[in-house]
Parts: sequence; structure tokens; C-alpha cells
Amino acid sequence: MSELATPAPVDVHARQVRKFKLQDMLFHQVTLLFAFIVLAALAGILVSLAIEAMPALKQFGAAFLWSNVWNVPEERFGALSAIYGTVVTSVIALIIAVPVSFGIALFLTETCPVWLRRPLGTAIELLAGVPSIIYGIWGLFVFAPLFAEHVQPTLQAFFDGVPVIGGWFAGPPIGIGILTAGIVLSLMVIPFVASVMRDVFETVPPPLKESAYGVGCTTWEVVVNVVLPYTRVGVIGGIMLGLGRALGETMAVTFVIGNANRIVGSLFAPGTSIAATLANEFGEADPGLHISSLFALGLVLFIITFVVLAISRWLIQRGVAKQGK
Amino acid sequence: MNRTKLKMATLAAAMSLSLSALATDITGAGATFPYAVYTKWAEAYKGATNNQVNYQGIGSSGGVKQIKAKTVDFGGTDAPVKEADLDAAGMVQVPTVMGGVTIVINVPGIDSGKLKLDGATAADLFRGAIKKWNDPAIAKLNPGLKLPDLAVTVSHRSDGSGTTYAFSHYMSKQSMAFMRDVGAGNTVNWPVNGVGGKGNPGVAANVQKISGAIGYVDIADAMKNKMTFVALKNKAGNYIVPNQEAVADAAAGANFKVKGMAPDLLDQAHKNAWPITSATYILAYEKGSDAAKQKAVVDFFTWSLNNGQKMAEELGFVPLPANVVKMVEAEMKNIK
Repeated sequence: MSELATPAPVDVHARQVRKFKLQDMLFHQVTLLFAFIVLAALAGILVSLAIEAMPALKQFGAAFLWSNVWNVPEERFGALSAIYGTVVTSVIALIIAVPVSFGIALFLTETCPVWLRRPLGTAIELLAGVPSIIYGIWGLFVFAPLFAEHVQPTLQAFFDGVPVIGGWFAGPPIGIGILTAGIVLSLMVIPFVASVMRDVFETVPPPLKESAYGVGCTTWEVVVNVVLPYTRVGVIGGIMLGLGRALGETMAVTFVIGNANRIVGSLFAPGTSIAATLANEFGEADPGLHISSLFALGLVLFIITFVVLAISRWLIQRGVAKQGK
Repeated sequence: MNRTKLKMATLAAAMSLSLSALATDITGAGATFPYAVYTKWAEAYKGATNNQVNYQGIGSSGGVKQIKAKTVDFGGTDAPVKEADLDAAGMVQVPTVMGGVTIVINVPGIDSGKLKLDGATAADLFRGAIKKWNDPAIAKLNPGLKLPDLAVTVSHRSDGSGTTYAFSHYMSKQSMAFMRDVGAGNTVNWPVNGVGGKGNPGVAANVQKISGAIGYVDIADAMKNKMTFVALKNKAGNYIVPNQEAVADAAAGANFKVKGMAPDLLDQAHKNAWPITSATYILAYEKGSDAAKQKAVVDFFTWSLNNGQKMAEELGFVPLPANVVKMVEAEMKNIK
């Protein structure tokens, strides 16, 4: 009897193994499918953007990228003014946001009293959750009038007659424009950059910092010689995250940039960004070249964002490799 | 087991379909300008008849696109579709309600209705040719008014809009130079001293925030925000401060007996007519695929034109004159 019974448990075991194998395979395939759905969606977006943009790209050729004209009644379109506004506002945003975020993160991790750390850190993270339209409304109704009344005339008086820089602050002080958009963007970007920086600063092993303090380093020396070299990769990642947000930000920028499709040297002058132009003109765009040119603008933004992310990946890769040595 | 489930699901789907057919819900989409009045009418209509009307303010060109694609039962547009296109598509177009576009300013020391402009001078302001408020061209029209040495900032729509469509067409009629520099359409080519705001509220906010600004907004938004009006010279030579009666007067002299019922309401000859008057229109197919829905569209607008005039006025719109309402009702008989 028992001799006959022995094959049975083996059989059960094998069946179970087969079942597990099948489950594993199924799990693998399903997760693979999920991953590919994202890739397929990305490719689909890119392809449909390219198809819709084709008539405009055929009409204007590569000159679409650098021609400074956006004339809807005459159906002549070029992306330069929108690209200029996108890049300039994002650069202004980073010039303001990076040092401020750096200061916030350092304060939180190095010099902040322990009881204040959590509430302050949470407050900054909450700022990241404020919807962008709130920043836009605040920028238009509160910040822009104050800026026009108090800051712009002061800047103009200060830089009056200075070559080049004087031109940045020329024109009537109306409160809304490229500089205002950059400043509002910087406020939106700070919480992202600061919280990433804080998180990476916290990954520095305490023994490293303690040894540095132990040999008599000041806080600044510890930061420059221990914290920053250790976290360079994460800091760049945080800045790139902020840049990504600034490039694509739509609602807040639309409110305060002034929405004028042209390039004026002054930072006080109204301008436009790619995202703002799309938000403004898509709804009532006439079929044909206008709508196609808007799709082409979307494609340009897609590519710019892609390139920024690619550069940041590359920098991070390089940073990791260096650290390994 | 699975099969019965499937059967039950099909049955349920069929039942819900037939139920929704009974209630004849209709959907429209298009111009954002009449959105407030259409939704107000739809709400009142639902209360009175229990029929549901959904209207989505997606923009005029979107409205024309959607009705052409037959995804909606009626389309809304501020820019009337041309007669030939209506015939080609087999569509009926009727006006529903009117509005006026006003010129508003923010110039220190100048009260509402005090500044006088004629069409040509206004066009020069909006195309960026007049750069200062104390320009001789403005001073000539306004003897005795103290004009400041202040830069002019043109506040315009940044989004494509029927308001811009009406305004730029009026300006182009007044000035060849405006036609050449700025153009006429939903989105036009504004001058260097221009600032774009999103929607009528965006333009209104910019005018109120920027000292030296001049802009154009529809009459409802201008009144709601208590803005500073300009008195504009009409065709009869009178300076008119915009109000709802002046818009109604513009329609009184217009001939609606044309295919598409879209006479040019700009710059009408009536002595009190507000020059920048426009109507908004709906589009529906002459022969629709669903007779019940076609009838529901006609019923809704017939009811609204007869019961909704007061609601339209309260929202800052101007109702169609009584004789035009009769003509619209007759024209809508073609929607089957």
C-alpha cells in the first residue's frame, strides 16, 4: 500500500511547482504589459503630435524653430518667441530658486533646532501641493500690482543708463511680463528643489559630518567639503526636477506672462511661453495651419523636456561613476 | 454562468438606452460667450419640462467642428457660418441672443463715459499707432479733458475668442491700417504695447491693474466689474456710452431676412445704436439622424426665446427683438 502511495505526494508537489511557475510567468507578463502600456502611450503621444504637426512643419520647415513671427490672420507661424519665453522664464526661476532652496535645505538639515525641523519641512512640502492656478491668481491680483508700483520703478531707476542691463528693465512698469512670470515660477519650483535637496542632505552618513566637525570644520566647511560632494547627484536631480516643472508650467504663467507673441529685450515686457500659447489658442484655433502649428509647438516642448531629462540622467550617471572612484 | 451574466448586462444596457431615449437629453457645444445664458436657460427648462440640455463652452470653432462631426445635437458659434457652407453641410443657423463689446480704459482722472473716441482714433490706439494718452488725435476729440502724459497699454484677449472676432471686424471696418497691422479674426496680431489676458475677466483684470490701459470686454463683464467706459462715435455721428438698450437699437435696424440669419450688426445706422454689436448663433442639421433629438433642440430654443428673455437681460445679454424671434421660430421649422 505504502509503495503505491509514494508517487502521489511527488505528483502533488510537481503540480504545485507547475502552478507556481505558471503564476510567476503570468505575473511577469502582466507587469511587463503594464510597463509597455506606458511606453506605448509615450510613443503614441509623440507620433500623434508629429502627425498633427506635419502640415506646419512641411509649410515652414526647420525655420519654424527660429522664425520670430506668430501671425494668425496671415497664417505665418514660428516658434522662436514661445521658446524664448519658456527658456528665459525657466532660467530666471532657477536663478532665484536654486540658492534659496539650497539655503532652506541647509537650514533644515544642519542648523535648524530639532523641534522646528518637522513643522517647517512639512510646511515646505505642503507648498509643493498648492495648485498652480492659485499661484497664477495670486501673481496677477496681488504680486503684479505691488511689483509694478514698488519694485519695477526702483529697478528702473537703479539701472537707468547702464548699458545692456538697463535694457532688461526698460519699458512701462505694468507688473506683468517675463520677469514676473519667472519670479512666480521660482516660488512654485522652490518647494520641489528644496525638499529633494533636504532629503539628499539627510542621506549623508553622520560619522562623516561628525569627523569633519571633530577636526574643527565650520558648518560652511562641512557643507562645502562633505555634504555637497556626497550629494552632488541628488542636488542636480532636484534642480532638474525644478527645471522640468518650470518648463511645462502652464496656468500660472498664462496669468502673469502677458501673453504677447513677440520677443522684446526688456524683462518687463510681456511675452509668452510654449505652454501658455497652447493653453490660450488651442480652444479657438482654426483648423489648418494654426492648429497644426500649435501641435508643432507641443512637439517642440516635448523634445525640450526630453532633452533636459536626458541631460540630467547623463549628469547623474557621470556623478555616480565619479563617486565610485 | 458567464453567458447569463452577459445576457443580463446586454439587457440592462438596452434598457438604459431606451430610458435615455425617452427623456431626450440633448447636448450642444461651442461658443463660450453664450455659455452663461444657455446654462441658465437649460436649468429653467429642466424645471419646467424635465428635459435635460447640456451645453459645453468649448469655443466657437470647436462648436462648428463638433456639429460637423455630429457628436452634438447643436453647435454654438459667435462667428456665423457662411451661407454657402450652410447649404453644403445642410445646416440651419439662427441667432439666439445678442451682446455688445465695449471699450474700457484705466486713465487716472478720466471718469466713465467722459472720454470720446471715434472709430479711426480707437483703431489707432488698438494698433499701437497712438502711444501716449495726451496724443493730439485724442485731444482733438476731447477739448477740455485733461489728458495725462502716460503710455498706452493695449489689453487684449490671449485666447481665441468671438469677442475678439466682433471687435477686430469693427476696427477693420473703421481703419485700413488696423486691417493691415492687426487683422480681423478670432486671434489677431496685436501691437508691441499689448498685454494678453485670458477670457473677458482676464482682460478686465489687466485694464483695472495697469494704469494707462485700454481694452475691450463684453458689456456684461464690463458692467459687472464697474469699469470705465469710453463714449464711441456711431455711424449716425452720436457718441454712445454702451448699455443694453443701445445694443438692442443696433439690432432694430438690421435685416435678419438672410440665409443663416446673420446680418452684419456692426456700425448700424440707428441714431442710438452701439457700434460694436454682435449676435451668437446655433447650428443644427436640417435632416438629423434622430428626429426626437432634433425636435428637442427646436423645443428648447423656442421655449427659451419666449420665456428666457428676462434671464438673458439679467446676465448682461441683450434679447433678440420680438420680430426676429418670430423669424427664428419660422426658420427652426426646417430642423427635422
